[in-house]
Amino acid sequence: MDNLLIDNIRRRNRTNTRLKYIIIAGAVITVVPIFLIVGNLALKGYRQINLAFFTEPAPDTFQAMMAASSGEVIPGGIANGLTGSLLMVIIASLVSIPLGLMTGVYLYENGTKRYASFIRSLTEILQGVPSIILGIIAYLWVVRNITRGYSALAGSTALTIMMLPLIIRSTEETMKMIPVTIREAAFALGTPYYKMIIKVLIPVSFSGLATGVLLALSRILGETAPLMLTALGSPSVSLDVTRPVSAVPLLIWDFYNDPNMVNLVWSASLFLMVFVLSMNLLSRSIASKHKYI
Amino acid sequence: MSDTHTTEPVLKIEGLSIAYEPGRYAVKDVSATVRRNSITAIMGPSGCGKSTLLRAMNRMHELYPNIETRGDILLDGKSIFPMSVIELRRKVGMVFQRPNPFPNMTIYENVVAGYSLNDIRLKKNQRDEIVENALRNVTLWDEVKEFLFRKGTFLSGGQQQRLCVARAIAFNPEVLLLDEPTSALDPIATSKIEDLLGELKKKYTIVLVTHNMSQAARISDDSMFMYLGELVEAGRTETLFTTPKDARTEAYLTGKFG
Ligand SMILES: Nc1ncnc2c1ncn2[C@@H]1O[C@H](COP(=O)(O)OP(=O)(O)O)[C@@H](O)[C@H]1O
Ligand SMILES: [Mg+2]
Repeated sequence: MDNLLIDNIRRRNRTNTRLKYIIIAGAVITVVPIFLIVGNLALKGYRQINLAFFTEPAPDTFQAMMAASSGEVIPGGIANGLTGSLLMVIIASLVSIPLGLMTGVYLYENGTKRYASFIRSLTEILQGVPSIILGIIAYLWVVRNITRGYSALAGSTALTIMMLPLIIRSTEETMKMIPVTIREAAFALGTPYYKMIIKVLIPVSFSGLATGVLLALSRILGETAPLMLTALGSPSVSLDVTRPVSAVPLLIWDFYNDPNMVNLVWSASLFLMVFVLSMNLLSRSIASKHKYI
Repeated sequence: MSDTHTTEPVLKIEGLSIAYEPGRYAVKDVSATVRRNSITAIMGPSGCGKSTLLRAMNRMHELYPNIETRGDILLDGKSIFPMSVIELRRKVGMVFQRPNPFPNMTIYENVVAGYSLNDIRLKKNQRDEIVENALRNVTLWDEVKEFLFRKGTFLSGGQQQRLCVARAIAFNPEVLLLDEPTSALDPIATSKIEDLLGELKKKYTIVLVTHNMSQAARISDDSMFMYLGELVEAGRTETLFTTPKDARTEAYLTGKFG
């Protein structure tokens, strides 16, 4: 009897140890590529990262060729891409963050009604649409009809349509985790409905909402395909929403297509990767700091 | 029995019926009174409509969209239904079964939440005073005065529940409604809450839903016994427990169902 028990425990311990190693191996397999990518990019791209990299627009082919042939650092940087990305992301955020939060709260509050489930299905479908198709839609709506040419506004439109479903879903999912008793506590104090939403639901779920928004942002920051059909790209810094602008991922594509600018591919990619990674880390730190539910 | 009628009751329930779905009544034609500065216990087996009746007293039952209410409830002689819910809920506060402090707020903020959520501006010294008074009244002050600015959720369950009582009385209500406030607590925390209610009835009128008969016997002055939505029997706790008039009350008190 005793021997059987000891045998049993031994077997369980062995299974336990084996599983532990499998889990560690899994973790290593996931983490190593990230370090390899960042390390590789850093090694190949660090030389280009200096002040000019952030303050000067992309060089033209001739400048790049001259530098490349004499083995110097390629002049210029990604300022036109940075400003273009920033411009489009800000416009997309101004529309999609409030609209997405409101729609998410609406869906949560009216979850079972028929038009709510209709909007929810629409959101789910939208989330699955390939981004290039959203680019084509923005092209048809904005490029053809509104700005009558490639423009930052068209790019923002495509990015807005991408961000919206992400924010709506994360908002609704976050709200679902708030216990009903918290709402009741607010109502029992006479709090009107809209104040309950603004002063209780949103602050209580702040970490989830912020995480959703930041993940949506980091998702669209790297989008290239829809911007090719909308923002097009621009060699100089421009803040005119009705004109074409560049974006960091568009620049990476441009650099890639010019054999003299390969070095800039690495540094621009390094920048984008580090930026998106820090957004993720930031969202994690916010999530843990303001986590109430 | 006689002095029940010497003072105007705080709450007067008249022919109250409540249905969550048309035709299915959770509370059936209930008429009752609640005396000032007393503890009234509402007892009965689970599902008999205790919570529904209690929540009607500050119109929390109206949160359900298809609810149907007939009859009336008078607070100090005036019907509560034409009142604004803000005004009503300031006069009739509520504490729930599970402690539910706002998780994003500090202990201090939780106590004055009724004011901040309704945009009622207070001076800092007024706020400090309300917080200290409310926390003293629920015997929590000495335990938390060092950490007023920590989150309320860091307290133990019993402390959280007392914080919720403090949040309700910070509004200085007339009536305090409690729906099984100790059912999620351990015996020590429970007895603290019970002692507290005995103190609080000097200032407030208390209506307490409980499925714990001995609790009702220990702390209440008046009792109501409900069964299947009906108010079977109501009266002084002592009378109701020693000489119940209705066979169903007797069956419940002797543990035949429930
Ligand atoms: N939200 C609701 N929707 C439909 N029926 C409900 C709801 N809440 C309670 N009821 C029904 O009303 C009756 C009384 O419930 P309740 O007042 O919660 O009883 P108690 O508090 O005495 O356990 C029960 O039959 C219950 O099923
Ligand atoms: Mg109940």
